[in-house]
Amino acid sequence: MKKKNATGYRVPLFDRIFKPRVLVLANGHSVAQPRSRMPLIIGTVIALVYLSIKLTGFDLGIIARRGHQFFVILSQIFSPDVFNISAETYEKFGMDPAALSLLSIFDGRWWEALWYTMQNSFAPTVFGPLLDTVRMSVLGSFIGATIALPIAVACSTNINRNRASVTILRLLLNIIRTLPTLVIAKIFALIFGLGTYAGTMAILVFTIGVIAKMMYESIETIDMGAFEAMESFGANKFQAFWSACMKQILPTYLSYCLYALEMNIRAASILGYVGAGGLGILIDERIGWRDYNGLGTVLIMLFILVVTIEHLSQYLRKKLS
Amino acid sequence: MSEKQIKAPRPLSIEETYAQRPRRWWVYTLIVLVVALILFWSASGVQYKGIANKGSEVAQGIVRGLASPNWDLLLGRITENTTTTKILGITVSTEGVPYLLFQTIAIAFLGTIIGGLLAVPISFLACDRVVPKWVAKIFQLLILLIRTIPSLVWALVWIRVTGPNAFCGVVTQSVCSIGMISKMYITAIEDLDVRILESLDASGCNGFQKIRCGILPQIIPNFISTVIYRFDINMKDATTLGIVGAGGIGAPLIQCITSSRWSMVGSYLFGLIILMMLIEWVSTKIRNRLTRG
Repeated sequence: MKKKNATGYRVPLFDRIFKPRVLVLANGHSVAQPRSRMPLIIGTVIALVYLSIKLTGFDLGIIARRGHQFFVILSQIFSPDVFNISAETYEKFGMDPAALSLLSIFDGRWWEALWYTMQNSFAPTVFGPLLDTVRMSVLGSFIGATIALPIAVACSTNINRNRASVTILRLLLNIIRTLPTLVIAKIFALIFGLGTYAGTMAILVFTIGVIAKMMYESIETIDMGAFEAMESFGANKFQAFWSACMKQILPTYLSYCLYALEMNIRAASILGYVGAGGLGILIDERIGWRDYNGLGTVLIMLFILVVTIEHLSQYLRKKLS
Repeated sequence: MSEKQIKAPRPLSIEETYAQRPRRWWVYTLIVLVVALILFWSASGVQYKGIANKGSEVAQGIVRGLASPNWDLLLGRITENTTTTKILGITVSTEGVPYLLFQTIAIAFLGTIIGGLLAVPISFLACDRVVPKWVAKIFQLLILLIRTIPSLVWALVWIRVTGPNAFCGVVTQSVCSIGMISKMYITAIEDLDVRILESLDASGCNGFQKIRCGILPQIIPNFISTVIYRFDINMKDATTLGIVGAGGIGAPLIQCITSSRWSMVGSYLFGLIILMMLIEWVSTKIRNRLTRG
């Protein structure tokens, strides 16, 4: 079978099986219109969906029959016990629970009742693990990002000319990134014992994988002119990189660090599930006890934390660029 | 009036310019101090308590497991004490790595497709170029809520509905994917070039033709690229969700780690690493082709 046409362009397999339609124009020239790939793509996707449904036991009937269960749980999550003022509390502060209206928020006693509910809710117990989550992710991100920079430099082909070492380092980074954080955390929890130290280590390893990859990709795109000039002056690789390339990559590096911190806060919140400290322990415990109002409290505080950190980091990243 | 000669200032030499460079040492000192303070506070809460009493054994076990994986498990060979099931008439071992990996792919694939489809209406409703501002705000809040609740929590809630199986993973991923996918869809919709619609109008196209030739070609590559990117993430997430019992390779992996069956851990990790690299490679290939057109 002819694989190349007259112009030396390699004809794709698809066009060799399904011959292009040849249109003859009015002036006698002929134009080949390749057949549409759409039927093939759609057919493949449908076949894969069918196979996936078989493999996962997908059954919409279960959702139809038991779906309301989900909304029962969801409505409990969305009435967290921090804001759920009970009738007894109202009576305790001298208010009539039956006569409540929107206007009662102007009543000082309503605020006292709310404050009392908050203090007696699950919220005060959440603070410790919440701060642990922040600590783990800040420390893990910082150390991880620091270690990632030299690794990224060693992985970029324009600075490290040794092909073999670049390939091996990149393979290692790939392996680190493919392992789910929860699995790494579980292994570290077994090695270092339960607690925040294992979580910090897991986040550190994960951060190295992510930042080193993003960094070597951006180091490879920088302008190498200054670096070469420094080398021709007799500077060694480290000096040349430090004075010529550092200025170029620093803003990108810092914004990647902030981005990693954002991701790590989210990741750290579930690490406790395998015993690596932080909010995950509480989430696991609340769900185990089917205390969905308590779970709602945990999630609301996590939500506030994530949104705050995200806004802070977006503000800083805007300043950087 | 005679023209006044403006005397140009003498150009500064390199040394003088360098001497006059802006020095904002106090800003840098402040930043360093704040960062140091935050780090000190974080470090005070994270204490190294030494290696657990079985710690070194675990570390050695994992290295040993990776060096000599359980080949029966890795290749999915059927032995006397494996449980089997039939998929499309082929008998497979349900504990073997190939079956579990294919199940993980299936969960991520189905979850991404359903999530990607559900995200289309939601992202149009959350885009203030398409609908009134207050409607857009409501849907944006919904997207934010989906994004902030960790997928693990979604899975734990859905398990109460579907029971601990692969179906739970599919449903969870469908819901979780909506958050990020719609966020990226919205960016694509906001970048739409609507001037094309005017020119199509001018050439006499009807509403359907305007959508077919003016809008779809602009957003479809973006949408597909987003969905493929999310598939990458969902693959990794599917393993995590398996840990709480939502099907896939996660649960057996964690069970083997807890019960120190290192050769099995080795084979699961091997399978996972190879699969993830393969998927990342393929998805980068497809996305590069999409962006180049």
